[in-house]
Amino acid sequence: MESATVALAHDAHDEEHHGPPEANQSSRIDRQTLGILLFIVSEVMLFGAFFASYFFLRVVVDPATWPPHPYELPVAVAGINTAILVSSSFTIHYALESIRRGNRKGLKLGLVLTWLLGATFLFIQINEYVHLGFSARDLAFGSIFYGLTGLHGAHVFVGLLLLSFATIRAFRGHFGPEAKNHLGVEVPGIYWHFVDVMWIIVYTTVYIL
Amino acid sequence: MHNPLRSEADAFKWVVVIGVGAVSVIVLTLLTRPVFGVVLAAVLIGFGIGFAYRGARGSLPGSVSLTHGGDGKHRLLVVANETVGGKALLDEIRDRCRNRDCEILVVTPALPTSRAAHWASDVDEAIELARQRMELSLIAIRELGLKAKGEVGDSEPNVAIEDALRVFAADEIVISTHPPERSRWLEHGVVDRAREQIDLPISHVVVDLAADRAVS
Repeated sequence: MESATVALAHDAHDEEHHGPPEANQSSRIDRQTLGILLFIVSEVMLFGAFFASYFFLRVVVDPATWPPHPYELPVAVAGINTAILVSSSFTIHYALESIRRGNRKGLKLGLVLTWLLGATFLFIQINEYVHLGFSARDLAFGSIFYGLTGLHGAHVFVGLLLLSFATIRAFRGHFGPEAKNHLGVEVPGIYWHFVDVMWIIVYTTVYIL
Repeated sequence: MHNPLRSEADAFKWVVVIGVGAVSVIVLTLLTRPVFGVVLAAVLIGFGIGFAYRGARGSLPGSVSLTHGGDGKHRLLVVANETVGGKALLDEIRDRCRNRDCEILVVTPALPTSRAAHWASDVDEAIELARQRMELSLIAIRELGLKAKGEVGDSEPNVAIEDALRVFAADEIVISTHPPERSRWLEHGVVDRAREQIDLPISHVVVDLAADRAVS
């Protein structure tokens, strides 16, 4: 009898609310999504600093040719690599659209394809570094080229880590159609799109213009 | 304004738009000279910023989630700032609560004195003024024999209403404003937006403080 009373008291205790009350949430955006957006804002500033250095070298220092003689950039290979990375935005979007409709198979397929495309991009970029014929020590041009593309490559690497977690969770049966149940894919997805947009800008400015 | 980038789907649209723009810059550059590509890129960036600004204007439509009391009490949410002690508002509250077990929450949004004060989060004075008005109105409502409590709300009246509805299971809302020719809330469509977003009866009371003063 005494143990039953104790058990009842324990249950009642468990039902009590502990900690501060739920905060009023005036913003109609998830905290996680807002967090990644604010993080991206800080990342834009980081890339902005690198681009400022790049344009300083191109416009203010104004070398006779860009890239400086005798260096050359593999525009075509990087173009194919760009297409690979941009297509990964479509596959991550497909993964999210799939889980929004409750299609778990599509989610897994989209995530795996995105990861493979991202890894391929990174592999080709590293391969490009090996065969470029100049290093970060060769003039300011080499420094800014490796600085900008390397900074972006580091972001692709971080994105791949996030995608790895999301993919493992997807294969473990996590995530659901409701928005709050697939934030673990939504947030890396936003980050991945940011990484893709940054590469489009890096490729256009560094390799093309 | 609202944030135009709120989800992965929004971000994906941006990727597609920026990708298409970049392809046009790349093609133009490869066909002509880099300077033409730079000019096109600058023009596209300008258009992009313009469209993003246009798309971010206004508030997003949305519905406000409601809680329900279910204990037989009639809960009245009153939203007012400078007009919170107005005679017309007190009359409306008395009419709404006649012959009812009524519970009232008065929310007075803390309106910053200027846009600069709003952006600088310089809202201490606004909160204090809103609190003083709210306390005076609580005294006036209690003098009518009604139970009332008060809160200072967000500077945006619709957000203040939404916040209040999370903790107060209102059956009805009364929004009090100045007459149309002097009301910023009406100019900004506060009442219309509340009616669009909230599935509750909403009354709009116009309080003419100048007329009130003239009578008294």
